[in-house]
Amino acid sequence: MFDYETLRMIWWLLIGVLLIGFAVTDGFDMGAGILSLVIGKTDKERRVIINTMAPHWEGNQVWFVTAGGAIFAAWPQVYAVAFSGFYTAMLITLSALFFRPVGFDYRGKIDNPTWRSTWDKLLFVGSVVPPIVFGVAFGNLFLGVPFSFDPLLRAHFEGGFLSLLSPFALLCGVISLLMIVTQGATWLSMKTTDELRAKIVKTGIYTAIVTVILFIVAGFWVAQLNGYVISDIKDLGGASNPLLKSVVLEKGAWLHNYSQYSWMIAMPLIAIVTLLLTAWCLKAGKDGFAFVCSSLATLGIIMTAGCSLFPFIMPSALMPDHSLTIWDATSSYKTLNIMTVVAGFFVPLILLYTAWTYSKMFGRVDNKYVENNSHTLY
Amino acid sequence: MIDPTLVELSRIQFAMTALYHFLFVPLTLGLSFILAIMESAYVITNKQVYKDMVKFWGKLFGINFALGVTTGLTMEFQFGTNWAYYSHYVGDIFGAPLAIEGLMAFFLESTFIGMFFFGWDRLTKVQHLMSTWLVAIGSNFSALWILIANGWMQNPVGSEFNFETMRMEMTSFADLVFNPVAQVKFVHTVSAGYVTGAIFVLAVSSYYLLKKRDIAFARRSFAIAASFGFASVLSVILLGDESGYEIGDVQKTKLAVIEAEWDTAKPPADFTVFGIPNEETMHTDYAIKIPYALGIIATRSLDTPVIGIKDLIAEHEQRIRHGIKANVLLEKLKNGEKTPENIAAFNKVKDDLGYGLLLKRFNNDVSKATEAQIKQAARESLPKVAPVFFSFRIMVASGFLMLLLFALAFWYSNQTKFIEKTWLFKFALYSLPLPWIALESGWIVAEYGRQPWAIGGILPTSLGVSSVNSGDVRNTIIALASFYTGLLIVEMYLMIKFVKQGPSSLHTGNYHFEKLTQGESHV
Repeated sequence: MFDYETLRMIWWLLIGVLLIGFAVTDGFDMGAGILSLVIGKTDKERRVIINTMAPHWEGNQVWFVTAGGAIFAAWPQVYAVAFSGFYTAMLITLSALFFRPVGFDYRGKIDNPTWRSTWDKLLFVGSVVPPIVFGVAFGNLFLGVPFSFDPLLRAHFEGGFLSLLSPFALLCGVISLLMIVTQGATWLSMKTTDELRAKIVKTGIYTAIVTVILFIVAGFWVAQLNGYVISDIKDLGGASNPLLKSVVLEKGAWLHNYSQYSWMIAMPLIAIVTLLLTAWCLKAGKDGFAFVCSSLATLGIIMTAGCSLFPFIMPSALMPDHSLTIWDATSSYKTLNIMTVVAGFFVPLILLYTAWTYSKMFGRVDNKYVENNSHTLY
Repeated sequence: MIDPTLVELSRIQFAMTALYHFLFVPLTLGLSFILAIMESAYVITNKQVYKDMVKFWGKLFGINFALGVTTGLTMEFQFGTNWAYYSHYVGDIFGAPLAIEGLMAFFLESTFIGMFFFGWDRLTKVQHLMSTWLVAIGSNFSALWILIANGWMQNPVGSEFNFETMRMEMTSFADLVFNPVAQVKFVHTVSAGYVTGAIFVLAVSSYYLLKKRDIAFARRSFAIAASFGFASVLSVILLGDESGYEIGDVQKTKLAVIEAEWDTAKPPADFTVFGIPNEETMHTDYAIKIPYALGIIATRSLDTPVIGIKDLIAEHEQRIRHGIKANVLLEKLKNGEKTPENIAAFNKVKDDLGYGLLLKRFNNDVSKATEAQIKQAARESLPKVAPVFFSFRIMVASGFLMLLLFALAFWYSNQTKFIEKTWLFKFALYSLPLPWIALESGWIVAEYGRQPWAIGGILPTSLGVSSVNSGDVRNTIIALASFYTGLLIVEMYLMIKFVKQGPSSLHTGNYHFEKLTQGESHV
């Protein structure tokens, strides 16, 4: 069907699709989870916010789980190095995520202010930690991760959790967080009413504009960083062994792709334009368009990161030659082929039935709805 | 050399998180089907009581499901966090079923569970019923792909080592999917899940029957659980994965360990009902045996021998010696001596490469292993007998007790004087822990029984770990144990609270506590 090189390109895109699916869908309910504590002041306001996503958050979270599984299947060495290299960060993220399923399901089960406000705080933690950590992790990809391989391809690491928190990485963490809050705000602008909606819209306009500014700042910052360039690789369709190529570091190299493949410029442009449009739509009361624009902005930001790094997935700060790229960190030709068929069938099917469930739950959630269904809702 | 403390801690963390996860998943598997059956009854008969049953048992299902999802998150990522070399070494095969599980099953289950809880007023009856069935089907497909992955760890078919990439690679997807060990495991495990769901409903319904409240509701629930559970427990026992033990090296070893079969007996071998296995003397003290039973059950024949532990150790020693050769040749290939002779010689012994790796625990340079180290590696090429031997017997004993319970429940649930059988309701109520005891001990048989291998005959567990600090792992064990235990306490609290309220928690006004308060307000 496809040759190895093409399959590797396809899987770079597919992992991108899964990450974007995660950021767009789970992103809005993490953003809404953050806003439920920051904007929602009464139990009723919080219940309205939580119940806008009640029928969907579970499915949304599967984008995250499936992205994890797909990275395991398509980029096993990336799965191994990324999650063990960022060990503490990953376990903090997982622990924060623990609070979501239980928070959503258990919060409404007992009508007691202490019980509910405790879950509110835990839901906030579960919503705010993951986007920050994922942003910081992406930031560290641009800086290089301190790992290297021994001849048996066992990865070794230097530096601990705190060394991940450099200024550039933290900036990426903030961008990621604001992007997610914006996404949550546009979702809630579509799904809530009256005063609550007005407060949320105001926040969303603000976060969308700050995200644009910081995104542009990060772009200038990246131009100052040392980027990675493959100086010598034998065969883009060769065996997946990251020890067989040479890599050099060059200041500003993370922007080289934009001159080499000019279509890639579309990605940062989409991010900037749609973020500005998000703010405008929110102001103009075009809630549906705001959500679409914010989702496209999420796509633009993630693709900008992906395109800048391309073909690198995880650059190594210790041994640049050992960096993981899409040419030498994938699974075998056979496995990629099988997974392509599986994903080609199931991803459209998933999109189809997910869309069906959203259409069935279409409409706004208000105080009256929550009051009338107090015992069955979250 | 790899830090043995790190290996121990990584194993403890994995066992702990998996055993916790396995408290919730089987109940999800079973209850989701029971809900689908109840809702089908509602759609067909249009009786409100069935709808109430779906909603009430669904509430309890949701409380359990939340923790299944929570503990499942760790499972999806901890191969990467704690078993990084394992992930590299076998990800080409092992990752695929995990990814397919997400795409094919978990998405389906999780998308429609939202419709199950929140779609009652938005969907037609049939659409809602379909959503419930899709949740049940999704959770079962989920189990299928996870057990295909696990079955491959027990019996690694359809793959071979590639020295260019230093890992195992897939040679046949069909072999992976149709791995007989995976198939048997799937049937055995999901049936065990159905039994768990059935006992849960049976025990809670018995509680109401003992308290003499919401009788019509409890009786119908009891009847559905009794027939569903009876069929399932037969399936667990008859299609138990005993039959999968002939296939694959690790499974053969596991069988010998389960039965404490130290010497290869003349077929058909005796079955040891009970005894105290002694590792030192390699003998089972105080053994009570049933003649011929083991040979017939395990091999389904009269003349196939069940290979004993001592013979297996001798066989493994041979394979370790071949494995040393494989490791020496691999070293040459890695150093660029890719001559056709070296490649051919390597291919001849590469099936024993993993056995050579067993020596890495004693000597980083496998080729320099001493005679004593080879002997020790062979002796330790199977798990300790006692934990597997006893776990297996606990599992089987629980299984037969549950068979008895379901047979009685099934029999009496159709009789007119059913409601007076309080002894039966007590039996059902006190049987509530049985499926969990069986499940957790079954997990120990399957996974501890696989040791010292992560992937049978391919990758020793001790080599699979990540290069992380044992201190970090110790911290995460403490953190995870406290999170999980805290959440489990909250879960049990809610579960007990709603079980006690019973269908009155639906606030329909038709059940015990609400009628009671209404009655009082009239006085």
